Amino acid sequence: MSEEFKIEIVNPEKSFLVKEDVLEVVVPAFEGEMGILKDHISIISFLKPGIIKVFSTSGDKNYYVEDGIIEFKNNNLSILTSVIFAVADLDKSKQEDLLKKAEEEASKVEITDQAKYLADQKVEVLKSIN
Amino acid sequence: MASLDDLKKRIASVKSTQKITKAMKMVAAAKLRRAQESAERGRPYSEKMNNIILNLSNGISDKENAPKLLSGTGENKVHLCVVMTSDRGLCGGFNSNIIKKAKSYFSKILNEGKQLKIITVGSKGNDQLKRVYGDKIIENISFKESKNTNYFDADKVGRTIIEKFEAGEFDICTIFYNQFKNVITQLPQAQQIIPLNNEEDNNSDESYEFEPDEDEILSNLLPKNISTQIFKAMLENSASEQGSRMSAMDNATRNAGEMVDKLTIEYNRSRQAAITKELIEIISGAESL
Repeated sequence: MSEEFKIEIVNPEKSFLVKEDVLEVVVPAFEGEMGILKDHISIISFLKPGIIKVFSTSGDKNYYVEDGIIEFKNNNLSILTSVIFAVADLDKSKQEDLLKKAEEEASKVEITDQAKYLADQKVEVLKSIN
Repeated sequence: MASLDDLKKRIASVKSTQKITKAMKMVAAAKLRRAQESAERGRPYSEKMNNIILNLSNGISDKENAPKLLSGTGENKVHLCVVMTSDRGLCGGFNSNIIKKAKSYFSKILNEGKQLKIITVGSKGNDQLKRVYGDKIIENISFKESKNTNYFDADKVGRTIIEKFEAGEFDICTIFYNQFKNVITQLPQAQQIIPLNNEEDNNSDESYEFEPDEDEILSNLLPKNISTQIFKAMLENSASEQGSRMSAMDNATRNAGEMVDKLTIEYNRSRQAAITKELIEIISGAESL
């Protein structure tokens, strides 16, 4: 029996990625990283800033996301996110742009603890990409 | 009858108007293709979002304490209407159709003795509504500077709405926009976004695992859903606007062509009449000799 399942990543503008031969996906869920394999129980969760790792028979790829919701059902994994970049396509200047924005956000005074936590996460993840 | 010179000038001016409308039609057609593509590409996101929310709200354990964005404030007094129109004119009935729909809804609400608040998105709607409902408009948002419809603009509108909701400024929120069906048909829509109406019966008894719990996911998801719905409306709207403009300009070009034909006939007739008259004068002059 094949161990593959389908992944679909969409952002508001378009369908970002559709793949049918995925073996494993690791997502930065809000309460910690989560690996998803075939026949996982149906789950809904949301993401914090981090890296989505997609392992498939046609090669592995990493994506940077800032937020999102995932739904896994009947071996279909849907990820909805508003900000996503393939790590391979993320060049230096873009990365620094994002980092600057995240740092600004994190240094704001009047934000909630949760927003602060998310902004800090962003900074950390972006720094770790290098 | 107009003199030959006047007719000539009119023909020239109609012809140059025709050139302009023709060019506008071409531009609208090019923009329409892009807008239509992005509207179609945007659909999966909002559909998926809707699905997830539907599944979530079915799975929610404690319906009484559900987030207010989902269940409403429990009252039905103050209505907020978000009327989404374009920033530019010359697009046929596009704006008036939305306004007409919105106005009939407004008068219904006011007749029921409820309070009405309006947010207009796009300057054309504001222009048309401020004459009658000027005192009801609480905000006007316009995206004249941004070239393409993007999610961040929609998010801005969404945040404004949520802020107002959390401040208790309204109970029910409805958005008005044109749904793009095809180039000649756009359907004005009124969609209630707060509280969310789940009329569709979802009988999937799929059980989900939630992490963290349902309530927390919902309270995170619902604001996003509002922005998503608004973004969808904006995409549909921009496709509709271009489609409507294209058919309006097509009509205008055709009408201008008809007008040029008519004027040309009139011009030729009066030219001939003048020649005939001169000939008669010459002949009768020669006869009298």
